[in-house]
Amino acid sequence: MVTFLTRLINGISLGSVYAIIALGYTMVYGIAKMLNFAHGDVIMVGAYVCFFAVANFALPPLAGVALAMLVCTVLGMVIERLAYKPLRQAPSLAVLITAIGVSYFLQNGAQLLWGSNNKMFPSFLSGDALSLLNGDLRVSLVTVVNVVVCVVIMLALTWFTSRTKMGKAMRACSEDKGAAQLMGINVDTTISMTFAIGSALAAVAGVLYMSSYPILVPTTGSMPGIKAFTAAVFGGIGSIPGAFLGGLLLGVIEIFAGGYISTQLQNAIVFAVLIVVLLVKPSGLLGKQIREKV
Amino acid sequence: MAMPKREPTKLVPVPSTNIIPERDVDKSPILECRHLGIDFGGLTAVNDFNMAIGRTEIAGLIGPNGAGKTTVFNLLTKVYQPTRGTILLDGVDTHSMSTVQVNKAGIARTFQNIRLFSNLSVEDNVKLGLHNHISYGLWQGLFRLPGYWQGEKVAHERAMELLSIFDMENLASTKAGSLPYGAQRRLEIVRALATNPSLLLLDEPAAGMNPSETAELMENIVKIRDTFQIAVLLIEHDMSLVMSICEGICVLNFGQIIAKGTPDEIQADPVVIEAYLGKQKEG
Amino acid sequence: MNKLKSMSPATRTNFLTYAAVILTFAILQPLSAAGKISPTLQGQLVPVCAYVVMALSLNLTVGVLGELSLGHAGFMSVGAFSGAVCASALQNVIPASGLRLGVSMVVGALLAGIVGTIISVPVLRLNGDYLAIVTLAFGQIIKSIVENLYVGVDAKGLHFSFLQPTMRLGEGGRMILNGPMGIPNISKISTFLAGFILIMVTLAVIFNLVNSRSGRAIMALRDNRIAAESVGINVIKYKMMAFVISAALAGAAGALFSLGQNTIVASKFDFNMSILILVYVVLGGQGKMWGSILAASFLTILPETAAMRDLKDYRMLAYAIVLILVMLATNSPALKGFFARFFRRKEDKTEKGGAQ
Repeated sequence: MVTFLTRLINGISLGSVYAIIALGYTMVYGIAKMLNFAHGDVIMVGAYVCFFAVANFALPPLAGVALAMLVCTVLGMVIERLAYKPLRQAPSLAVLITAIGVSYFLQNGAQLLWGSNNKMFPSFLSGDALSLLNGDLRVSLVTVVNVVVCVVIMLALTWFTSRTKMGKAMRACSEDKGAAQLMGINVDTTISMTFAIGSALAAVAGVLYMSSYPILVPTTGSMPGIKAFTAAVFGGIGSIPGAFLGGLLLGVIEIFAGGYISTQLQNAIVFAVLIVVLLVKPSGLLGKQIREKV
Repeated sequence: MAMPKREPTKLVPVPSTNIIPERDVDKSPILECRHLGIDFGGLTAVNDFNMAIGRTEIAGLIGPNGAGKTTVFNLLTKVYQPTRGTILLDGVDTHSMSTVQVNKAGIARTFQNIRLFSNLSVEDNVKLGLHNHISYGLWQGLFRLPGYWQGEKVAHERAMELLSIFDMENLASTKAGSLPYGAQRRLEIVRALATNPSLLLLDEPAAGMNPSETAELMENIVKIRDTFQIAVLLIEHDMSLVMSICEGICVLNFGQIIAKGTPDEIQADPVVIEAYLGKQKEG
Repeated sequence: MNKLKSMSPATRTNFLTYAAVILTFAILQPLSAAGKISPTLQGQLVPVCAYVVMALSLNLTVGVLGELSLGHAGFMSVGAFSGAVCASALQNVIPASGLRLGVSMVVGALLAGIVGTIISVPVLRLNGDYLAIVTLAFGQIIKSIVENLYVGVDAKGLHFSFLQPTMRLGEGGRMILNGPMGIPNISKISTFLAGFILIMVTLAVIFNLVNSRSGRAIMALRDNRIAAESVGINVIKYKMMAFVISAALAGAAGALFSLGQNTIVASKFDFNMSILILVYVVLGGQGKMWGSILAASFLTILPETAAMRDLKDYRMLAYAIVLILVMLATNSPALKGFFARFFRRKEDKTEKGGAQ
């Protein structure tokens, strides 16, 4: 029972990080209708920036996170402007290949800049663990922070998209870009903002992910990136609560698969989940069906 | 228009309140829709659609924009599955059929926004229409067995024959996507004909054509019907075309049939006039 | 020569592609036999052939079918391991190495084809981005499975074990595949000649397919799926046909590749490998077979040359940039015009959009 609860808590902790990453995928997919393959690598860049800020320049951890968010925001917007914006009308195959190119660019750029050797990410969340059930069940500070940050971001985004002008513009663009433009919404700015928000979240996710899995290499971002995309699809791509739900479920599935089935097959099981979800309910748990226009 | 004035076709009732040309009445209708309807979420796009088409009839489906005309085509070709009602193709219920099966059963169509295989040649486009009438398979193709050469030869001849309807043989090796607009529309008709249909659905065949092209198209539609002895159902906004070649006309508005009859009856129908022009002001 | 001129442009390109491959082989083979090629290039001859076939087969999926597969390395992996296991198991049964290689390549192709068939059932119900992601997922799953697979051989035949490294083998039995450690001590039986034959077979399969009824149907799906259905073309059947043929060819390439290496491990055939092959296809031009051959050959050999070796670190970065630039240049309306002014090509109106 305690093992089960421990795994469940670890799953939720990991799932919270996936959820934050998945939010970036889902927002971008909802508005730009593209799979931003490079999103996972923005996580990696965020983690490196935070790492250097804290380890080399001795900045306080929170300042490191803020700096990482800033750098990633700019990075996300620059990527969108240079690589994706010229391809708004291009076939999805071309956009996806470009996104893969960007992902590769970031990975290999990071390798040249920062080397391919492992960096140990400092743990700034090494506070006392919470003890529950007479000390049998321990909930680490990392877990608490992950869950709290995820819930706060989720609530903030829900408020943002439903209450603010920019948020409403985003929803309008995801429904119908042409109509949104006619209503005086600047579609380019809106898409750019979406990338900015998604990338800032990626930086936060990067730091949180590193707190649980502290080995930092240039390819660090790709696995959680792909898994978070799975989570976004699982929850229903384009849906913010969907990303949250999908992320949590995927995290729990991953930890359970590793714990109860086989650690070697952990990733394979996560991908099998993706395949099953896409086949059984391609629109995801909370997504809506899109009808092709003939 | 160069079209000679035709004798109006007399329409006679067939079971379930539908009408077809008198000359086709001793044979069952090629198509019969009964209470056909589809909802998209809460929106009823087509409702209680009843229509019959005679074996050699040229029928028209008209109505204002957004009336649900293309949706009817999508229902007939099973791009959408109807929410209600029955479609009988040559007396057979198409309920369980897919788009592919409906085509094999005898319905071919063109599209409002042209859908050609634009990177392939004109000839290949027609050969794709002939796809299910070419008999050799994968292995004969991979190893270039005699069946391949024989099958390709027959397909080539048939494709050229079909292209000759619109005098397009000389364009056979042109890339379909680089054809002028009118020629693309004609190629779509040839490709549809190649599937050997008994009912041809044309979605705005004259859209974007100039008057002389339209006149030629009208002649060709009649010629196709006469040569292949098939039924044609067309959606068209060009009233001169509809009124001069269609025998039975069905008017759709807000997904409902508001009138049915011969061109003369439709032109005189106050309900149709109102749907197109709006209600006339009193006084 | 007159006959060459009277061919349709597509047929002519196909013919010239065959001719160029034969010519290259006719020049390189005697030089290689006489030992007049640098050892680096000599060592690259077989891998280059394998990569060329990989690029050609992926081009069938990406360029002809028009779907993006991100798990192509998975099929190569299936072919590589089944081929190497087969060759190892048959070592005493078939002493002639050429025949053993041939049999292993066929086994590799068959197994990859079977895996491709199994995968295609779920994959091909999807379209676009989702299809691409699922192929990526399958690539990862294949890697995980091979990494945990153990194969041994004894007098009774092959023994398989999953996740459990230990197995009971009879007298004189030995392990062939050791899970994550892969297959060590492969006897290198792949030859440049075998690679050349495989390239020619691959070209013949693709060209003959594209110019047949089935190939036309596959290209029709690429150009307009809805129209293809409207003329009675079975979408799943033809997508599957392209996908499975592509997988089988990749499997044969995998067997050729592995039997030219000392050791192979499952992690070699990862997502990066899939992307590398995709770079070849995109750079050579989607649907252009000669482009895939050129891109795969040059991008495999170039980094190995002395001049480029110092820049090896920049290689993947350069590929990434090239990938982005090619996509922008061919798809962005603004950049298209810009590039068109530099490469003012004569637009060939009779050009066939199929495979060339």
